[in-house]
Amino acid sequence: MDLGQALEIASCTDPGMVRSHNEDSVAADPANGVVVLADGMGGYNAGEVASGMATAIITTELQHAIGERPLHWVDPANGVSLAHGLLVEQIAKANGSIYQAAQTQAQYAGMGTTLVAAIFYDNRAMVAHIGDSRVYRLRGNVLEQLTKDHSLLQEQIDSGMLTAEQAKFSQNKNLVTRALGIEAFVEPEISEFDVRVGDIYLLCSDGLNDMVSDEDITMTLQTLSTNLRLAAQQLVQLANDNGGRDNISVILVKVLRDFAVHRGWRDRIFSWMK
Amino acid sequence: MAKLILSMDGLVLKEYTLTKERTTIGRKPHNDIQIDNLAVSGEHAVIVTILNDSFLEDLGSTNGTSVNGQAIKKHFLQNNDTIELGKYKLKYVNETAAPNKVPEEFEKTMVLRPDAIPAALSRSAANAETVNTAISAPITPAITSSQPMRPLSESQALRLSTSPPMGTPVEGAPSVPQVQAEPGAAAIQVLSGGLAGRELVLTKALTTLGATGKQVAVITKRPNGYFITHVEGDKFPIVNGKAIDMQAHALEDHDIIELAGVKMAFFYKD
Repeated sequence: MDLGQALEIASCTDPGMVRSHNEDSVAADPANGVVVLADGMGGYNAGEVASGMATAIITTELQHAIGERPLHWVDPANGVSLAHGLLVEQIAKANGSIYQAAQTQAQYAGMGTTLVAAIFYDNRAMVAHIGDSRVYRLRGNVLEQLTKDHSLLQEQIDSGMLTAEQAKFSQNKNLVTRALGIEAFVEPEISEFDVRVGDIYLLCSDGLNDMVSDEDITMTLQTLSTNLRLAAQQLVQLANDNGGRDNISVILVKVLRDFAVHRGWRDRIFSWMK
Repeated sequence: MAKLILSMDGLVLKEYTLTKERTTIGRKPHNDIQIDNLAVSGEHAVIVTILNDSFLEDLGSTNGTSVNGQAIKKHFLQNNDTIELGKYKLKYVNETAAPNKVPEEFEKTMVLRPDAIPAALSRSAANAETVNTAISAPITPAITSSQPMRPLSESQALRLSTSPPMGTPVEGAPSVPQVQAEPGAAAIQVLSGGLAGRELVLTKALTTLGATGKQVAVITKRPNGYFITHVEGDKFPIVNGKAIDMQAHALEDHDIIELAGVKMAFFYKD
């Protein structure tokens, strides 16, 4: 199913005002409704290598895998949808490759990357993330953060040590507790969300949300929703105007039309009988 | 590593480094910081440290604990906070946010290895008091790049935000998004049509002009001035008689903008 008609996608990535390299990477496969963003870390340019590998491997592999069976098909063996299973599989592949490279090449030792990946299908979005890059959703006038950071700061908030307000003053920022490529195995966090026409999804690296308030993100998306490319550029510009202390990356996905999978009467009866 | 400087009546008595996850303060000898004075309770307070953050908690002491003159039960310590117990003062120094840090190192994401995640944060941490999680356990640091820092453009005159929510002045906290320099106040005055004479002050970062579905442009308020950018519509905004292109167009004082059939003037206020 070509989702190019149902979804509008725009992305923008920028090194920011302070860093000399851009170690973020963004990729999209509009026809298959796939978007991937990664924020790399590691010495020299290893971060760039890690994030680049992540987005390339995941988009390419998903492109090959999608199409044979519908993504909403549920594997009776484990009750997990194909979209879910494919994401887990390709993320594991990317993790393996980055980890291997880090183990075998001295200049890549210790490299890793955060990850946010989403597959849009059947009026749903399957979202996977590792680390502190985020996915937000603007629905109506409400901006909601859909992913919870895998970071020390988030754990402090969860355990009640800090309020979200106090978190701004923590010195433990930017310490992620999960990353791609650091260990032989990593578990991504995967969630499924229903998607409605008019929704705007924002995938971003912390270079955006650390520099731009939620209010400004909401206002930008609301004001420029009719020009998604400009909205993406404006978000990056705002982050830079506020200091741009890190690489900034954004991917925006706007839902233009319904993209429910047409189900034959047999499918409908079987799913009703489950 | 954060530290505490103990003093009384201005005289420095001792310096302590916060290496442990729990640093106890009190009169009894088993405390990490022992203050042998009757105004200090046997177990007076505790400082819980999670990597680079420290939290002070009063343990129900008789005379209480204050920070910077205010009595507290629990407090998230910031660099240069002064803890008061009776006549004793403990100054909390945490230079992780030191201004001499290389700009490239700001905001660099690093991975915490699973064994370095402080036990106090895990669900089963209730009995973790005797477990001294090695706070100094290796975090994979990003090797400092020797690339020259990209020069900040002249328009990036940054001021530090000086009003943190907790009322405690935070010195040099670069992790807080900084308030950018503001351009002078400006407004749009409508010159034609039904709304002629109306003035719209440009307070927000983005102000929309035009009619949705027909022609829309946006004025962005940036540190270095105001810019008009085309958003949607077949026709592009006209500034001083000339149509602008896809790029953002810098606005000068008294520029005349024509958009969706309406003429308006952009001007700086006083």
